[in-house]
Amino acid sequence: MQQNFSGVGVSPGRIIGSIRQMPKPVSEPPAGERLSPSLSADAATALLRSSAKAVQLELQNRAAGATGASKAVLEATALMATDPMLIKAAIKHINTGTSAERAIWESGASVAEMLINLGGYMADRATDVFDVRARIVAELRGVPAPGIPLSDEPFILVAEDLAPADTATLDPEKILALVTSGGGPQSHTAIIARALGLPAIVAAPGVDALEDGTEVFVDGAAGTLSLEPGAEEIAAVEAWKTAAAILAVFDGNGRTADGHLVPLLANVGGAKDAVKAAEAGAQGVGLLRTEFCFLERETEPTIEEQVVAYRGVFDAFPGQKVVVRTLDAGADKPLPFLTDTSEPNPSLGVRGYRTDLTTPGVLARQLTAIAQAAEGSAALVWVMAPMIATPEEAAEFAAMCATAGLKIPGVMVEVPSAALLADRILGEVDFVSLGTNDLTQYTMAADRQLGTLAALNSPWQPAVLKLIGLTVEGSIAEGNNKPVGVCGEAAADPVLAVVLVGLGVATLSMTSRSLSAVGAVLKSVTLDDAKKLAALAVSAPNPTEARKRVRAGLPILEELGL
Amino acid sequence: MSERTATIASRVGLHARPASIFAAAVGELPIEVTIAMEGEPAEDAMDASSILSLMSLGAANGDVVVLRAEGDGADEALEALVKILETDLDAE
Repeated sequence: MQQNFSGVGVSPGRIIGSIRQMPKPVSEPPAGERLSPSLSADAATALLRSSAKAVQLELQNRAAGATGASKAVLEATALMATDPMLIKAAIKHINTGTSAERAIWESGASVAEMLINLGGYMADRATDVFDVRARIVAELRGVPAPGIPLSDEPFILVAEDLAPADTATLDPEKILALVTSGGGPQSHTAIIARALGLPAIVAAPGVDALEDGTEVFVDGAAGTLSLEPGAEEIAAVEAWKTAAAILAVFDGNGRTADGHLVPLLANVGGAKDAVKAAEAGAQGVGLLRTEFCFLERETEPTIEEQVVAYRGVFDAFPGQKVVVRTLDAGADKPLPFLTDTSEPNPSLGVRGYRTDLTTPGVLARQLTAIAQAAEGSAALVWVMAPMIATPEEAAEFAAMCATAGLKIPGVMVEVPSAALLADRILGEVDFVSLGTNDLTQYTMAADRQLGTLAALNSPWQPAVLKLIGLTVEGSIAEGNNKPVGVCGEAAADPVLAVVLVGLGVATLSMTSRSLSAVGAVLKSVTLDDAKKLAALAVSAPNPTEARKRVRAGLPILEELGL
Repeated sequence: MSERTATIASRVGLHARPASIFAAAVGELPIEVTIAMEGEPAEDAMDASSILSLMSLGAANGDVVVLRAEGDGADEALEALVKILETDLDAE
């Protein structure tokens, strides 16, 4: 019977391959371990020397296949394996009756201590001595060497969990997928897998009992590992290859199957992000989080510093839209020069636009800096204020923008009151952008940072979807076709993105990693399909059912392995 | 007993890659070679084929070291080793 293992899928991809187990770390030989009575000191010494030589050859082989800095480190480590200083000290221990394993363990410890005492570069090399020592002990015991197994053929690496040190020797050309029995979605294994784009499953109990060489099918999206892969799994792997090619690139033209344009923009925190986003095909910036440029700051940045920071972002998007959000300080993002951290309830306190009440001047100076950065830049600069609750606030902000010479003012819709009065708010400003994270928290009265309320805190809650729909209706009622965008996490979810477009949202802004997936799914539906799916989601009894209904209407998700 | 002095040419000193190259070269010789900082007593000299010894010697760029060896071919061997130390091995 086919036996399957299931865990948490942390990096998508489907692959068939044979597994190799990561050897368990080498345990310390017990202190005072003596030579076996059947072994003379000379015989133990000879064994130690041949084991050290074997380790050296193995490391030299690895060095031959490596390049650059890791080649130099491996060459030096190979020399250490038979180093007279290390071996002679070990032989002295053997001659007093200590086992060869314990002898090399102690000798390695004193050499490492010497290096650590030398400090600097030498101290870093102590790690290599510990590695060599563990390898010699493994060789003496006849067990596999620690570290990632060597193989000519690419394989699926199975481990308990990976440590940061393992990544230095992890060759993405040789590893097909990562599967661990321990760890969680935020474990080091998960982070490495996503960075390298390798399919990965974590927290899959029982996989460490699989034999080396076992052929398995790994689905990194579903989080499953199956034994004895058959025709169905082979087809799934082939489908993934096609999907991966599609998901690798966003063509820079967000649209539905029937050609309804939905520009896909990026959320960025500074110039570096912006350059990456432009490379990923983003059609502009839908959210520049200006507070991220100054999170480390104790004091207000000068106008000149701000101009430099904003200009870097504008320069990455000549001829395209960049929506700058003014400083959104407070709650989970305190800025010492704006935030009063003693508030009993910071989420409902002086945050976002409201800081202009307690620290007047900062916002006006920021608007001046944005205007200066925009001058002479080829980007189309829009500006919006966070945490707007009333049409009066929107009007005040628009007036401040006009004073600074900024032509296109807008506001975030995060507070339910703003969604309910979207028509009147859009009477004062030129656009709105829905911040779905905060809108969800305030609509459901559930703290974003509380894990226990995760189910309430879903943008799929029908009430949240209804408020998004109301915001779009507000724009229609206002009559000037002013755009309603989304710049929260919701836009990065390819399933929810379709619903948002169906609700009438004009642009979606997200982390640039999500652009290709959202673009691919959006392209598979017509605007009419999206409207029908949106209606299904809004009428669902709960978030789980809403998501299930929409997924069922998007066959491309299965094809793309999303 | 043959004896030669050499000035360390590698910019990083006798560490890392230069130390590996030197230790490997000594290890291939049929004779034992010792290394010490200039001015240190000969009995404190260390095994020149030990990369760990070389690293603990801590010879920096421009430091002068003394190589010593005995036996057949010692002079030629030391000449060759001096050449290695006086080349900037890190530049390759």
